[in-house]
Amino acid sequence: MKKKKKTYSTAAVTSRLLRRPIRRAGWFFLMPMVAAFCIGFVWPFLHGMFLSFCQFKTTSNWKWVGFENYAKAFADQSFRYSFGYTALFAITSVILINLLAFTVAYALTQGIKGTNLFRTVFFMPNLIGGIVLGYIWSMIFDGILGAYGTSILMDTRWGFWGLIILMCWQQVGYMMIIYVAGLQAVPEDMMEAAKIDGANGWQTLTRITIPNVMPSITICTFLSLTNGFKLFDQNLALTGGLPYIINPDGTSVHTTEMLALNIYNTFYGQGANSRGTAQAKAVLFFILVALIGLIQLKSTRDKEVQQ
Amino acid sequence: MKKLFALLLAVLMVISLVACTPGEEEKGSVYWLNFKPESDEALKEIAAMYTEETGIEVQIVTAASGTYNETLTAEMDKSTPPTIFVVGNTAAVDQWGEYCLDLTGTDIANELNTDAYMLKDADGKLCSIGYCYECYGIIVNTALLEAAGYARDYITNFETLKTVAEDVHARAAELGFDAFTSSGMDGSSSWRFTGHLINLEYYYESVDDPAAWTECPAEIKGTYMDNYKALYDLMVVNSATNRADLANGGFDAAAEFKEGKAMFYVNGNWEWSGLSEAGMKAEDLTMIPYYCGVEGEEKAGLNCGTENYWAVNANASEADQKATLDFMKWMVTDPEASALAVGTFGVMPYKNAAESTNPFLAQANAYASAGNYTMPWVTNFQPNVDAYRAAAVAAMNTYNADPTDANWDLVEAAFVAGWATQYAAAQQ
Repeated sequence: MKKKKKTYSTAAVTSRLLRRPIRRAGWFFLMPMVAAFCIGFVWPFLHGMFLSFCQFKTTSNWKWVGFENYAKAFADQSFRYSFGYTALFAITSVILINLLAFTVAYALTQGIKGTNLFRTVFFMPNLIGGIVLGYIWSMIFDGILGAYGTSILMDTRWGFWGLIILMCWQQVGYMMIIYVAGLQAVPEDMMEAAKIDGANGWQTLTRITIPNVMPSITICTFLSLTNGFKLFDQNLALTGGLPYIINPDGTSVHTTEMLALNIYNTFYGQGANSRGTAQAKAVLFFILVALIGLIQLKSTRDKEVQQ
Repeated sequence: MKKLFALLLAVLMVISLVACTPGEEEKGSVYWLNFKPESDEALKEIAAMYTEETGIEVQIVTAASGTYNETLTAEMDKSTPPTIFVVGNTAAVDQWGEYCLDLTGTDIANELNTDAYMLKDADGKLCSIGYCYECYGIIVNTALLEAAGYARDYITNFETLKTVAEDVHARAAELGFDAFTSSGMDGSSSWRFTGHLINLEYYYESVDDPAAWTECPAEIKGTYMDNYKALYDLMVVNSATNRADLANGGFDAAAEFKEGKAMFYVNGNWEWSGLSEAGMKAEDLTMIPYYCGVEGEEKAGLNCGTENYWAVNANASEADQKATLDFMKWMVTDPEASALAVGTFGVMPYKNAAESTNPFLAQANAYASAGNYTMPWVTNFQPNVDAYRAAAVAAMNTYNADPTDANWDLVEAAFVAGWATQYAAAQQ
């Protein structure tokens, strides 16, 4: 009898006797993850939505004010400016990051010597935190711009391109890895067929390779677009919103301040009464990023091909 | 199975035993959210002394430099919020007043030897009390001053300061040191100008019209901006660094001063511990007022005041409040503890606290007893202080890159018109 117990067969695993209790207790095994998701995401998110309709000093001490915060957020000139600036930044960075990442990935899948070393080197900047990167690059830029008597904090243009260069440097490696995976999955027989049919390099790239790596393009554009919109650490460390345009009436426009930094500065820089406004801005920010992300996913998904 | 069951029961028993012992609740505990990073070590030492003496737990948490408001906001939301926190100016009273226990008539308030350091809200509730005060001005290395051929007490107004600074700067190569330290406009250094030096403008304006400055004024006139400009220009022109490079920061003004590469250092009495550790002697150092060309400034003294005000959390449990008040009183009356505290804070305005040994505070007192006027910290009124100063820094960067009158107008707009803008924003 004892001996029989020790032998296992697949029938035992698939038997209803065993599967039913597992199925019943499934929710129990899901609990830790669900709890973490609720504590770490769902609850703060709902609480944050709620607070955007309140005036508050700490999150537990609030007063309902309705849509007043949203009205203030829309009326805020700096918020509108940041929106435009962020959109410009996101579009530029998406194009550049993906072009560069694809080019590098394409080059590194042609079997040149030292491919693995190059991939590692390109990927490495991605492992450094945003704040550290921001400070490192501010030193590099100022080392160069200093020779011309200016600084990244002095000129809006330099601030913009500085951020773009920083983001490319950080993200190209990451996107490259995704593209490399996509390129390696392009079926050999298709390439061979193209070759036999006499397709040149450009035709192979545009007719075979790109349609086949469309899933990678979808995910990379999604990631770089949302990263561009959500950028915070690098913005804070590299320019902090400087330079400002000082208006004669004492107001100022922070010319390199992106949306996330604008929200942060509203929350902490302007006294406790503006916290509700900052929260309303944050909700608007979420809706915006989610919308843009979804539209972009939809539009690139449509271009994916089934192999 | 039996073993497991027995183990479970044993664990349960232990837990119930723990629950029966008199808990921390009755004794209360102290949690101080500290504002001054440089005092963190000393305060932890004091806390350990108190715990050893009384068994009451004292937790010291220090917010990273420049992030006190952020940290306090987060900590106040927790189930065990700070019992002592810092409410250092009128803007903070507006924001945190409802969290402050009324300190009127408490033992610790009665220990104060002056009523100069009390912050009250509109209803007269005593929200916070100063635990130390400080002074700032221009620190002078008198050994270098004499080496340059000037007597220790030569500088008595803007004219003489200018003469010395320009002369030393011109002879910097020959003397081996320059007039002023390099002071960057990055966050670690810009407060010298937007938080300290600008005090002269507000102060003289408040002397002209004291009634307008009993509380934060809705707007300021900027009458003394020219004086501010004169002194600021003097400071940045007569230093080793090109003023156009100041925006990036990254200069170590303290090191320049300690190594004897510069004679003037814009800072406050808290620098004494650092300077003495670097081997500088009290007799080679002095602190002079911000001479800026105002009439009668020969009778000026140092800028004395504080942003270091204790508030006790009104929402803490009674036991915690009592433990906190007891701890505060002990800290300013116990000879050993108050000596340690005075060592890091400079001076504490309490009847039974240890005597200060800080030479710069002695200098401030010397000015006061010679009949010179002390300049209180009017900067504590700055509305939306972070946003206000950030705009001023941005404008000063533009001005430093190209010091024209048009660019100075931007600085003036940031300071003067910016005050009204930020005041209005804070009142919303």
